[in-house]
Amino acid sequence: MNIRRFPLTREISLLVLIYLYVPVVVLVGYSFNANRTATVWSHASLDWYGRILVNPAIQSAAKNSLVLALCAATAATVIALLAALAMSRAFPQRGGVEAMLKMPLILPEIVVAVATLMLFVALGVHLGLGAMILAHTAFCIPFAYLPIRARLEGMNQSYGEAAQDLYANRFRSFRRVTLPLLWPGIMAGFTLAFVTSLDDFLTSFFLSGPGTTTLPVYIFSSIKAGITPEINAISTVMLAISVLLVSLSFFLGRLRR
Amino acid sequence: MTDSPALRRLGLLTPALVTIVALIGVPLALMFWISLLQKGGSSGVDWASVPSLGNYIRLVWEEDFDGTMIVNTSYLVILLRSVLQAALTTGLCLLFGLPVAFWMAGLSRGQRDIMLLLITIPFWTNLLVRNYAWLIILREDGWLSQVVNSISPIGPVQLLYNDLAVAIGLTYSFLPFMILPLYTVFEKFDWRLLEAAQDLGAPQSRALRRVLIPIAMPGIAAGSLLVFIPCLGAFVTPALLGGGKTLMLGNIIQMQFGASRNWPFGAALSVVLLALMVAVMLAMALWRNRRAR
Repeated sequence: MNIRRFPLTREISLLVLIYLYVPVVVLVGYSFNANRTATVWSHASLDWYGRILVNPAIQSAAKNSLVLALCAATAATVIALLAALAMSRAFPQRGGVEAMLKMPLILPEIVVAVATLMLFVALGVHLGLGAMILAHTAFCIPFAYLPIRARLEGMNQSYGEAAQDLYANRFRSFRRVTLPLLWPGIMAGFTLAFVTSLDDFLTSFFLSGPGTTTLPVYIFSSIKAGITPEINAISTVMLAISVLLVSLSFFLGRLRR
Repeated sequence: MTDSPALRRLGLLTPALVTIVALIGVPLALMFWISLLQKGGSSGVDWASVPSLGNYIRLVWEEDFDGTMIVNTSYLVILLRSVLQAALTTGLCLLFGLPVAFWMAGLSRGQRDIMLLLITIPFWTNLLVRNYAWLIILREDGWLSQVVNSISPIGPVQLLYNDLAVAIGLTYSFLPFMILPLYTVFEKFDWRLLEAAQDLGAPQSRALRRVLIPIAMPGIAAGSLLVFIPCLGAFVTPALLGGGKTLMLGNIIQMQFGASRNWPFGAALSVVLLALMVAVMLAMALWRNRRAR
């Protein structure tokens, strides 16, 4: 008997894969359903995709989501890149700083979201896109930081030192040597931060002002109002975007060092 | 130039530290303060009120008509349900995650990469979308309901809006959090230990119990923490799959900031959630320390 095999592990694994993918398949399948009732199949059609393309509420939510994710992910990636560079050499407080950078991963999102809401209201910060960008930047930092840090860890630091020995100044050796080598890590980090922001519901739910709904917030309020084939179609689009971006980040992270 | 490595490091770290302190540290500190105040005003907080523990007392006791304090169990029930639901989900994730992680570790390198990607994709897809997908499966006119009801011996059953539906949704949401740390442990596993155990006559079940599980313990601990903590504060899953009947801590927090407009009480509930989380993490750290000795 193969030492690496315990009975049933293979069967359970296949069951788990089915459990993970059945909802996805059902959702995507129903999104091509022509019937007005979301869960009763009639025949295949692209009607609902056509409808969501011309729905002004969805267009504006999609635009808000994109602007938000782009701004938050860019800011988080720049901040995380600087932090990762600082963390590449050992120093006494490194453990503490590392814990702080990862803090947004551990804290329950609903607690941070309501706490941020209270702070913004107390300070008189106008709720809406700006408030959402600030809050998203904070919780996207660890998602951008971890891939950059991992890439930096596996990189040979002596390339930068060699450049400086050859009389490149610090900035030039960073721009010409470190940055190109680090690029896949930066892109992977940016992609993960972008998906995290794009997919966020809770924080946006509390901080969106009137007229600044994002796609997940729009989907949630639509579900509350009743399930329609339209929600199946938007959900499928969001699903496709996430899968695409995460696969991209996965392969960027595995590019040859 | 007066640029020392320490100064340069501080410069590079400043944006990250300022952002996290200003947008996470300061809000949490303010939340602690607000949890001691009274509700009122248009923002939901009476800033001039005298700080007291009133909101925490309200979790357990309420004032009767004649002013005597009586125990009110409604919040305690929700608190208990959240803890039990999180524990159940952690158990289910362990039950299914352990065999999957173990099986993956025994695969060839290329197959492992594919499995890793397959496990990670659902974890990165929108939480709301994932729970919504379960909503359409478990709905009365959904296909699973129809299959179950056509073979059900006890007549029609409702699959949606109960604790089981919430457990299915939560397990679905957090299963990858369990599989990934377990996989990291098994990936480095020395298979010769298992061979040795079997050479010495241990049957597989015993080798599992005495060799594999102890080695997997750090992964089990990390995975349990990663599943249990987000489950405690879950909002989307109970809101969509639990209906109005099976509320969890996250839902009553949201209600205080929405319909009830009682921010200090909502802040107190959030502090309780944080305290629960810290208690679980401390218990885990203590257990790990004792084990290390």
